Amino acid sequence: MSIEVRNVTKKFGTFTAVDDVSVTVPAGELVALLGPSGSGKTSLLRIIAGLETPDAGIVFFEGEDQAQRDVRVRRVGFVFQHYALFRHMTVFENVAFGLRVRPRASRPSVADIRAKVMDLLKLVQLDWLADRRPSELSGGQRQRVALARALAVEPKVLLLDEPFGSLDARIRQELRRWLRRLHDDIRLTSVFVTHDQEEALDVADRVVVMNRGRIEQIGTPQEVFEHPATPFVMTFIGQSAVFAGTVQGGKAFLGSLAAVDFPAHLHEEARPAAGYARPHELEVTRIENGGGGLWATLRHASPAGAVVKLELTDPEGGSLQVEVTREQHEALQAGVGESLYVKPRKLRIFVQEDATSDAPDTPRAPRA
Amino acid sequence: MRRALTEPPLVRGALLAVALVFLAIFLVMPLVAVFAQALEKGFGAYLTALREPDAWAAIRLTLLTAAIAVPMNLAFGLAASWAIAKFEFPGKGTLLTLIDLPFAVSPVISGMIFVLLFGRQGLLGPFLGAHDVKVIFAVPGIVLATVFVTFPFVARELVPVMQALGNEEEEAARVLGAGGWQIFFRVTLPNVKWGVLYGVILCNARAMGEFGAVSVVSGHIRGLTNTIPLHVEILYNEYNFQAAFAVASLLAFLALVTLLAKSVVEWRSGRAARPEAPVREAA
Repeated sequence: MSIEVRNVTKKFGTFTAVDDVSVTVPAGELVALLGPSGSGKTSLLRIIAGLETPDAGIVFFEGEDQAQRDVRVRRVGFVFQHYALFRHMTVFENVAFGLRVRPRASRPSVADIRAKVMDLLKLVQLDWLADRRPSELSGGQRQRVALARALAVEPKVLLLDEPFGSLDARIRQELRRWLRRLHDDIRLTSVFVTHDQEEALDVADRVVVMNRGRIEQIGTPQEVFEHPATPFVMTFIGQSAVFAGTVQGGKAFLGSLAAVDFPAHLHEEARPAAGYARPHELEVTRIENGGGGLWATLRHASPAGAVVKLELTDPEGGSLQVEVTREQHEALQAGVGESLYVKPRKLRIFVQEDATSDAPDTPRAPRA
Repeated sequence: MRRALTEPPLVRGALLAVALVFLAIFLVMPLVAVFAQALEKGFGAYLTALREPDAWAAIRLTLLTAAIAVPMNLAFGLAASWAIAKFEFPGKGTLLTLIDLPFAVSPVISGMIFVLLFGRQGLLGPFLGAHDVKVIFAVPGIVLATVFVTFPFVARELVPVMQALGNEEEEAARVLGAGGWQIFFRVTLPNVKWGVLYGVILCNARAMGEFGAVSVVSGHIRGLTNTIPLHVEILYNEYNFQAAFAVASLLAFLALVTLLAKSVVEWRSGRAARPEAPVREAA
């Protein structure tokens, strides 16, 4: 079942959590709402579920307005960040809850409930723990119980709030692959919230990047990574080197880089702008390789698997992160303290809009 | 195991001795004295004192009062703590303060307030007189005073418990399709049951043992408006020490049962609330 959110706004006091957001989730897709904390992603998820009422805007399921439909009858499966398992019930009873509270007329028989719950527990590979209490389970197991409980009511959409947020790194990776496979099997329209860009890119069909209650970009993982629509998306998803400067008369003057053509801004009036490049899009050489780059001092080199991460300092003291292959690093033969020529192979230039715009005023430092 | 803060054995021993002596003088000795005095003239006399019609009437009245006051305060406590813990509304702080009022006010004053309200010269006196309803110097007054004095117990016990639990389980139940009552009886109540029981035990003990407020509104009519504590006082004032202590031993016994029940509840709820640490790590 498809979900459409149209012009939804939600305020908490003076704080605007969700600001005129519109997004469509086609049936059967797995979509990630990605953003830093306070970006409104959890509020949006709760509005879709019906746990919060929007101040303005409409939520449609399959084209049907949900405003008058209480969360009880929306048929959504919701997995809470901290699972919210019923602590006094066994795993079995937790999963059976949604079936047991149905009105008598539509309630399955005891035997049917039993069969259904055991099927679901098998699906999440926990049938052997049916008689345990939530307090006796590990984080990953609780997460899967929460998922089985949400699926028991045969939801038409599945909503997950930071589903892997409170798990340790190894279990997190296993569980997210597992969730992806599960989604491929059951093809339930699903939305999950995360602040972890790696998680979003790894699992989702499409990523909705949010910041300050607004949507910055919607696209496939590849689109948001390769073609970020805004400086925020560029810096939030993946690392990047930033060269701040101005654009003027069809040229961009960015940091210590030589001027580059920028036909998008032909005005004679200078506007602040910044150029961004991914660490692997920077070329490092010992000689001034055709110009267009800058000289920087090597501070540190650390091998990381197939690549070597270099940290350099440009003449203005700014830090530059570069990734080169092992072979390139060996060919370079560079020691710490030496001067190297750094040149972006690819540069994304964003002109800063008015000061009142939503783009960050100063581009953020490259993320670790 | 050596702790970082370790006192010399002598100091520890001395502190322990002080605590034990204190306990013996102020708690154990009086308790023993009550039972000793009650059984002074033998078990037969003890039973006779309890079977005496006025004593029996006092016991019945006390049980009746508790049977009305405790359920009322249970209902009030659940409603108030639910509202305070789960919702934001104006006047929440005021409500919390008001719940503490009976703790802050001397019980005698509470009793006098009811006399001022419901007594013959009181605010509602003429109205009640016209409809032939007797509140003061009658059972309704005793129940009212008891309810007032004991209403903080359940609510006070439950507010922090419910606040600590948060809203998430209730929200989960709602998403799964449960209605308000289903959520309350299947999710909220089971989670706070030990707190409820604890509050009820304390509330009951106070309801049965209340003296001050009840004394003011009772009128001390033998066989009619005397509760156990009031009856003890009357017997004592009549120098009938053995009978007084026999009846008093019931309250002392109640206190012991209360303490026992309280420890059982604390032990059980301690087990129920064990930390949610994973037992095994497997994904």
